[in-house]
Amino acid sequence: MAKDGQAGESRTGLLLVAPPLVYAVALLAGPMAMILLFSFWTQDFLDIDTTLTLNNYREAFRDPIYRELMGRSVWIAGVVTAVTVVLAFPVAYFISFHVAPRRKALWIFLVTIPFWTSYLVRVFLWKVILGFNGVLNTSLMGLGVIEEPLTVILYNLNAVVITLAHAYAPFAILPIFVALERIDRSLLEAARDLGDSALRAFWRVTLPLAMPGVVAASLIVFIPTIGDYVTPRLVGGPGGLMIANMIQTQFLRLDNAPMGATLAVLAMLSVGAIALVFVLLNRRFLKGRG
Amino acid sequence: MTALISLSGINKTYASYHALRDVSLDIGAGEFFSLLGPSGCGKTTLLRTIAGFETPETGHLRIDGRDMLRVPANKRPTNMVFQSYAIFPHLSVAENVGFGLRRSGDNRAEKAARIDEALGMVGLSGYGDRAAHALSGGQRQRVALARALILKPKVLLLDEPLSALDKKMREQMQSELRRLQRQVGITFVLVTHDQEEALIMSDRIAVMFEGAIAQVDTPQGIYRAPRSQQVAAFIGMMNFLPGTVRSDGGQLLADIAGLGTIPLPGDLAATARLGAAQFGLRPESLSIMFGSDPLPTGLFSDGTVAERAYYGDMTYYDIDLPGGASPVTCSMKNLLSRPVLEPGSAVRVAWEPGALSLFQDV
Repeated sequence: MAKDGQAGESRTGLLLVAPPLVYAVALLAGPMAMILLFSFWTQDFLDIDTTLTLNNYREAFRDPIYRELMGRSVWIAGVVTAVTVVLAFPVAYFISFHVAPRRKALWIFLVTIPFWTSYLVRVFLWKVILGFNGVLNTSLMGLGVIEEPLTVILYNLNAVVITLAHAYAPFAILPIFVALERIDRSLLEAARDLGDSALRAFWRVTLPLAMPGVVAASLIVFIPTIGDYVTPRLVGGPGGLMIANMIQTQFLRLDNAPMGATLAVLAMLSVGAIALVFVLLNRRFLKGRG
Repeated sequence: MTALISLSGINKTYASYHALRDVSLDIGAGEFFSLLGPSGCGKTTLLRTIAGFETPETGHLRIDGRDMLRVPANKRPTNMVFQSYAIFPHLSVAENVGFGLRRSGDNRAEKAARIDEALGMVGLSGYGDRAAHALSGGQRQRVALARALILKPKVLLLDEPLSALDKKMREQMQSELRRLQRQVGITFVLVTHDQEEALIMSDRIAVMFEGAIAQVDTPQGIYRAPRSQQVAAFIGMMNFLPGTVRSDGGQLLADIAGLGTIPLPGDLAATARLGAAQFGLRPESLSIMFGSDPLPTGLFSDGTVAERAYYGDMTYYDIDLPGGASPVTCSMKNLLSRPVLEPGSAVRVAWEPGALSLFQDV
């Protein structure tokens, strides 16, 4: 009887999970498999040669443009992640430690306000702010700080970093905030009681205990950033393009879907490898929590 | 006795809540001192004031002659065992215990030796490499103790350290804490809401209600001579009997509901006022006369058993006395020669006038 009940229960479970499972398989695993398959085919002028070959991969590794774009993507995503997490930490810390408990929900709500506008609008906004005749340049010139407009802030890597760091800030604030909220405040008092200054207590207790949040924030920012293609396209200029832009070009402009698929697979593998490092890091930090 | 900790005129308010009212208190060097009171009486706030986690609006705090209120917690000669133990979950047992050892003890071998010694003191030798999160409640508490004692503070502050343990464990830790305190000779200040624990462990007890200290005395002093009805009701069990104090031909008499009229005992007569009063009598100062017992030397009244509670070693009887306002509770040791009486039994109750307390604090 008990066994029947269990079987019945797992059947119900499967039934409940079925629709999203079908959805996930159809819309995620299916296309992924297609991409993988495509990456082993080659473009043969007008049609696709479906012989399985590693030629695309060979070319991807040989041609410096792909390597540079891939490297640049990892670099930009890394810088964006670092900048975002470093800027998000003080905000999360402030909300967790210095905002009255009944106001915290309000503050978190305020943090999410940028999401109310579309991502695209926010990117354009940065274009307006950072442009040659943009808000920043005209203000600085009006104040007499600079003589002529700064050109280092738009259509290059800096613009991409600034725009992405702003766009992903709430994603970084939330996990860090949650990790900080979970820290038992008496631990900090204990550190002080045992002779630590406020700074040392932060360094020895708060920061190590907040690390799972920091790692989660890094992962959440890093993964979507590395594949971002709207921001580099709109504010990156020629020097700020990333791998995703090249994938798009391969698919749509050069009509070389197999090469685009190969680059997509390689990008995924890099993200996977880096994410794995983060996950291992987090396991180390989570050890001892239970 | 020289005061190691000296508090005077301490006041602390949170918004509209007066947490500490004009608290003045001296705690001697090497004392095991308890702050006892119901939850919300301010005892923890007082402890945290000594530790440096609360800053009172007014008053002075001196430890070992030094003014302390402007000294931050990390620079005070006090260490604390937190109610939650506050064991660092990301560190091993040894790292927890050695957390407060400064870089001054840079010598690694020496540091390790001190940690071993501290762990040995609390009976956790060989646990140094364990992860802190893998410890039981009792072990966590020992780590918290070792972590504080390793720094050889002048004062060890304990915030309800035993409340999270089960009864058996708690009793064991009570005697162990006493032993430790004698061994290291450090002043212990314990916060507890458990009156039994305070009586068992302390050299002296401060009973607190609503932010103010009601009485400071030895355990016997608090139990035998509670200064107010509130203290008497909080510490142990107490029968309160309404009555009056009157004068008859120069002699003070007490009319006590259910017990009759007696000349007021000498020690009470010294402070008594004429008029309404509450008389207090502990359950052990009343005894039921059994056939085999010798005749009473004190006073006695006749009554009926209303209710009984059997505790194994003791039986508590609620006895209706004619003319009494409510039943009085009487505790009897269960001897083989004594039957456990059923409700409704007629009994004769003897009591000692010398054990009476008198409250006229209204």
